[in-house]
Amino acid sequence: MNVIEVKNLTKIFNGDFKAVDNVNFSVKKGEVFGFLGPNGAGKTTTINMLCTLLKPNSGEATICGNDVNSDQREVRKCIGLVFQDTTLDDRLTAKENLELHARLYAVPKDKRKERIDKVLEIVDLKGREKSIVKTFSGGMQRRLEIARGLIHYPKVLFLDEPTLGLDPQTRKHVWDYIIKLKNDYNMTIFLTTHYMEEADELCDRIAIIDHGKIIALDTPKKLKESMGGDTIILDVDDKDIDKALKLFKGSKRFDGQVLLSVKNGGKKIEDVLEKCKKNNIDVIEANIRKPTLNDVFLKMTGREIREETVGLKEQLRRRRMRRHRR
Amino acid sequence: MSEILGIYTVWLREMIRYFRQKERIISSLTMPIFWLLIFGGSMRTSIDIGSVDYNSFIAPGVVAMSILFTSIMSGISVIWDKELGFMKEMLVSPVSRFSIVLGKALGTATTAVIQGTMVMLISLIVGLEISFVTFISVIPLMVLISLGLVGIGISIASLMDNIEGFQLIMNFIVMPMFFLSGALFPINNLPSVLRVVTYVDPLTYGVETLRYTIIGVSNIPFGISLSVVIGFSLLTLSVSAWLFSRRK
Repeated sequence: MNVIEVKNLTKIFNGDFKAVDNVNFSVKKGEVFGFLGPNGAGKTTTINMLCTLLKPNSGEATICGNDVNSDQREVRKCIGLVFQDTTLDDRLTAKENLELHARLYAVPKDKRKERIDKVLEIVDLKGREKSIVKTFSGGMQRRLEIARGLIHYPKVLFLDEPTLGLDPQTRKHVWDYIIKLKNDYNMTIFLTTHYMEEADELCDRIAIIDHGKIIALDTPKKLKESMGGDTIILDVDDKDIDKALKLFKGSKRFDGQVLLSVKNGGKKIEDVLEKCKKNNIDVIEANIRKPTLNDVFLKMTGREIREETVGLKEQLRRRRMRRHRR
Repeated sequence: MSEILGIYTVWLREMIRYFRQKERIISSLTMPIFWLLIFGGSMRTSIDIGSVDYNSFIAPGVVAMSILFTSIMSGISVIWDKELGFMKEMLVSPVSRFSIVLGKALGTATTAVIQGTMVMLISLIVGLEISFVTFISVIPLMVLISLGLVGIGISIASLMDNIEGFQLIMNFIVMPMFFLSGALFPINNLPSVLRVVTYVDPLTYGVETLRYTIIGVSNIPFGISLSVVIGFSLLTLSVSAWLFSRRK
């Protein structure tokens, strides 16, 4: 059975801006489903509709068989969320945040302590539960937030840029936890990220969304295969470039190098070098590049996935808040 | 059952936050102290309002003022939660929007009662004389008055997204509401135009119920004042729950 089922989902803002435009997809149980797209592509809007925060203009979506419009309460019971921005109460201690969450989700009293202890252990925050969240670093807050999202054993965990703004080491930590949890709890994970390598490594399937529309949906492997093979990059002596371009049909010149699109680059490279030798082309260096998800993204959307600007926005927001807090 | 737990949880969070901010508790007591000690102390010799001492006369008014300021803070707290992000945490939980509003309202009402009680204690120091039974019977009144004002706060906060806008509107509501409520003067001495305005001010009825209970004086019959207070609370709380629950 599909855990998430989305049909013709559409969200229009301000009367004419289609943030999400007729989107269709489904997510299987136990799957890690990646949702990739540039800023403003409609990722967060889609998540907000799925978690009942926003009302779709048209179309429908079900989570664990519950309609997001008519069975909001049931939907909310079976999902966990980790938002892009922090949603912790930073005046409370880590433990108080977790306890409030357990109560909001009506976790039975006798199980609360045990579960809180367990999630704290999973995210390595044991011993810090009595500290006020404000004193935590960004990475610790993120981990606490992930821990909190798990207390009620959600069937589906939504992660909206869960590792945004974290240093590479912490990012890796966070992912290790999430994968461990997924395996332990047999959860389904719906993830948005703009870290391509992360998505490639972690996701079973990936949907690429741009301008509110899904433009590709497949396994990372198949998406990369759709690029038509590998690229051989020949760095040849300047005087031989034209010769090389003539020799290899369909080759392109880029940045003083000769690029060839081939299938099975590993096997082909020998032939290519042989041919160069025969024709007296002086090869300085030869490389094979496998297509990355980034290449797929570039090809599909016509642009590179940009670094999120939330960092700056978030900083301004924080500053504004501090000013008011006095 | 889980809804009651939800209401309790939202209330509990308000309590933890309230007691953790000791400075806020103290700073919110400064205004009432100024009114009671400085204003009341200096005006009592020049204002004659009949049988009661002026300080005793304004004490219920200052209690009402303290409830007013504390209750309106519910709106700030809602906007604050939106900015901090914690609102999202509550909104995606299975707890209904109505229960979130009720939890917030009860939480703020509790803090208002605490503030009001402290103001009453201060009034005792400056000369107010009341029995223990009276003291206790004022508490349910404070809850009712507070809930109605909390409703206003949450309603406006549901329509606003930033603190600045909220404060602007509040300045236009809170201060006139206080000054026109008869907290500081008997309303039957007012020129007729102003008197009509005071009858429109919902806080007037709150002040009247408190004053009747505390010092036994009132311009409006207690039954009428109490009915208005209850009706007003039901109305604003319903409106705030409705506004808060709207989904974009």
